[in-house]
Amino acid sequence: MPIVDDALIGRIFREESGRSVATLIRIFGDIDLAQDAVQEAFALALRKWHDDGLPPNPGGWITTTARNRAIDHLRRESRGRELLGQVVEPDMAQEEEAGPVQDDRLRLIFTCCHPALAIEARVALTLRLLGGLSTAEVARAFLVAEPAMAKRLVRAKHKIKAAHIPYRVPAETDLPGRLRPVLAVLYLAYNAGTDRPAGDDLRGEAIRLARAMNGLMPDEAEVAGLLALLLLTESRWSARFSGDGSIVLLRDQDRSSWDRVLIEEGHAIVRACLRRNQPGPYQIQAAINAVHAAAASFPATDWSQILTLYDQLLAITPTSVVAMNRAIALGEVEGPRAALNVLDGLDLDQYHLFHAARADLLARLGRYDDARQAYAGAAALAATEAERTYLTDRLAAMRSAR
Amino acid sequence: MPRYLLSTHSATGGATREPMTEEQMQKAWAPIQALEADMKSAGAWVFSARLEDPDTATVVRMSGDEIVTMDGPFVEAKEHLAGFYIIETADLDEALGWASKVTRLISSPIEVWPFADTAGG
Repeated sequence: MPIVDDALIGRIFREESGRSVATLIRIFGDIDLAQDAVQEAFALALRKWHDDGLPPNPGGWITTTARNRAIDHLRRESRGRELLGQVVEPDMAQEEEAGPVQDDRLRLIFTCCHPALAIEARVALTLRLLGGLSTAEVARAFLVAEPAMAKRLVRAKHKIKAAHIPYRVPAETDLPGRLRPVLAVLYLAYNAGTDRPAGDDLRGEAIRLARAMNGLMPDEAEVAGLLALLLLTESRWSARFSGDGSIVLLRDQDRSSWDRVLIEEGHAIVRACLRRNQPGPYQIQAAINAVHAAAASFPATDWSQILTLYDQLLAITPTSVVAMNRAIALGEVEGPRAALNVLDGLDLDQYHLFHAARADLLARLGRYDDARQAYAGAAALAATEAERTYLTDRLAAMRSAR
Repeated sequence: MPRYLLSTHSATGGATREPMTEEQMQKAWAPIQALEADMKSAGAWVFSARLEDPDTATVVRMSGDEIVTMDGPFVEAKEHLAGFYIIETADLDEALGWASKVTRLISSPIEVWPFADTAGG
């Protein structure tokens, strides 16, 4: 029997509240009502479970309790009683709905990530409704003041209601176009967790949602690709920072501290994707990370394989950032001069990692003055303190070089 | 059922195009008319119209207790309302579906705006 403390209930809230909120939105068609009722059910659980222990199915208990709370609320108001008359029927009809697997969370994520909503609103709404993060936590994650985030969420929820943004999985023909923003939101949420204070929560939620999506849409190769990409990136998380919090580059990381369980899972998914042979940008990025994860050391990395994968990625997503990363791989295969030639043709002057990559190549070519200048440029543009520290350290190390 | 305004805007005083011949006009309108027929048979069409240029508009307003009528338009803007559909669909996705078809035909963007009041819909 696990000890029922606030931490355990907090964890159950993280894992189960999204499903409960989604189910209540389906039943009652009202986001605020669903959120409030689930919140109340957890407050009740906090009191009850301490004394009585966990129910056999905590998630089911929360959903049922929240549903009853919502019905109580509706009975108390006359408009609510009208609504209550309508909810019983759609609830029954839902069970007979044909088509692919219908999961309430899947419906909700397509609503939250609807292209009619602003991108910032999509991410915030997904983390709030499906990830169980509080408004304060979402605000902190995106470095926005809480009232501003609350306003953004209210506005998004109002648009869903006023514009009748549907609560369902899109039709097969619309699916590719509608899946793209959903995957982008999960990827964005994960990345927001790599340089923000509430980072662990965000990365954990993004992985949890990607895993849930992958279970619900097993035929979509890119969903699997995204999950593998997140798992493989996460496997290196603890190796990415040194004791004093500064960044450790891939080449210098202690590979024995990489998470083998995550790597195993990521590799298995990448292998399945290769067999499926429907490549897409997330799958290719996952494959690149899989090659890194398989290498015993930085020099032992199969760089020509990585370069081939970047060639494929660049063909599908021809952006300057992909071209830059491909050039870095090229530097490992053909040497720094070839890489520098490619980099110098790219228009990425405002991107700190571009200057950092140039600095590294220039130093390898012995052009220390140019390298110093590039490191200084990178440090000035760096997005986080950890990156700035790393870059100024490199710059200092360069000063002694001639 | 929710109702939506699908509106299209034109640049005010923009490039004046060569006037179309009767035949060209027919050709340009045929697919738009066909799409309208589709909207009608799907039960989505409520109303549609194309507007004259904004310099033909007249503004009526109160000045104290008096009604004043003056040459329009209401606001001088870079763009003006050029035409619109009012449609009735199950949800935003269906409305966006019709908007996509319209925008493909007229090759200019469409704004999809929900009605505030769905009463009578």
